[in-house]
Amino acid sequence: MNPTDASGVLGFFMADGLAGYADAAAGIVFLVMLAATIIGGIIACNAERLVRAVAGLALCFIGVAAMYYFLNSPFVAMMQMLIYIGAVCITIAFAIMLASPEDNKKQGPAGALSGPLGLVTAGLVTFGMIGLAVNTSFNVLPKENMGSIKLMGIKLLTTYSMVFELVSIVLLIAILGSLVIARHGRSK
Amino acid sequence: MSILNLHNSLNTYLILGAILFGMGIYGLVTRRTLIGMLIASELVLAAASINFMAFNRFTAPDPTVGQIFTLFIMAVAAAEAAIGLSITIAVYRNYKSVDTEDLVDLKG
Repeated sequence: MNPTDASGVLGFFMADGLAGYADAAAGIVFLVMLAATIIGGIIACNAERLVRAVAGLALCFIGVAAMYYFLNSPFVAMMQMLIYIGAVCITIAFAIMLASPEDNKKQGPAGALSGPLGLVTAGLVTFGMIGLAVNTSFNVLPKENMGSIKLMGIKLLTTYSMVFELVSIVLLIAILGSLVIARHGRSK
Repeated sequence: MSILNLHNSLNTYLILGAILFGMGIYGLVTRRTLIGMLIASELVLAAASINFMAFNRFTAPDPTVGQIFTLFIMAVAAAEAAIGLSITIAVYRNYKSVDTEDLVDLKG
């Protein structure tokens, strides 16, 4: 192999090739996470046992967090992992263990909408929304900034400080209220 | 457009959001326990958040606003899950069941 070939190979890896491989790898990771989201959602709404549905929900949320990462928002992706997978899924798992809904499960159809009619309803909603999304042309505005975490923090404590405080109060009252509701009727 | 370049298109995220929303609706109408319906409603909320973030990334002039709004959706969803599960526990204590067909006290 003569030197020009070697530099050619090196140049292929250095200049365009490596970036191309990185793009391809990102695309493959995106496809895997897309599949994880959809498969997790199917498990979450179809699994016979509720514990499996919660596991599917966690898989779906991991995929959604990856979607946020691909949408230039690593902070929101991290919050998704913390809040949804770490808190909401675990809370639902505890509720399943406390209420044990599998013990006296009824058999047979759950209602008029539970069979094919429910599938048709959900399919109509889904394809209607997909049709709307694909056939609408959206007005793309030029970016003012890159949406960094620092800018988010500044906006949270200046422009949106009122909403920030309100949300924290809503969360506090909701958690206190849920404690009161769940504790009501206990002897001690 | 190549299949490996799907993550740079707005339509991918909108279609994913619509699919998640449809699965949430399907779960809401077919599940017969309160906890199952709560799981399905989490799917609907995730679909709404994905739509917010997609428009935030591709069309909005200021990309911080959608991220902040998604954080608020997460806080409200956490509050909703806590309240819903405590109501489920209270219902189970009173009825010894979380099946939606057993909760018929207000049925005319």
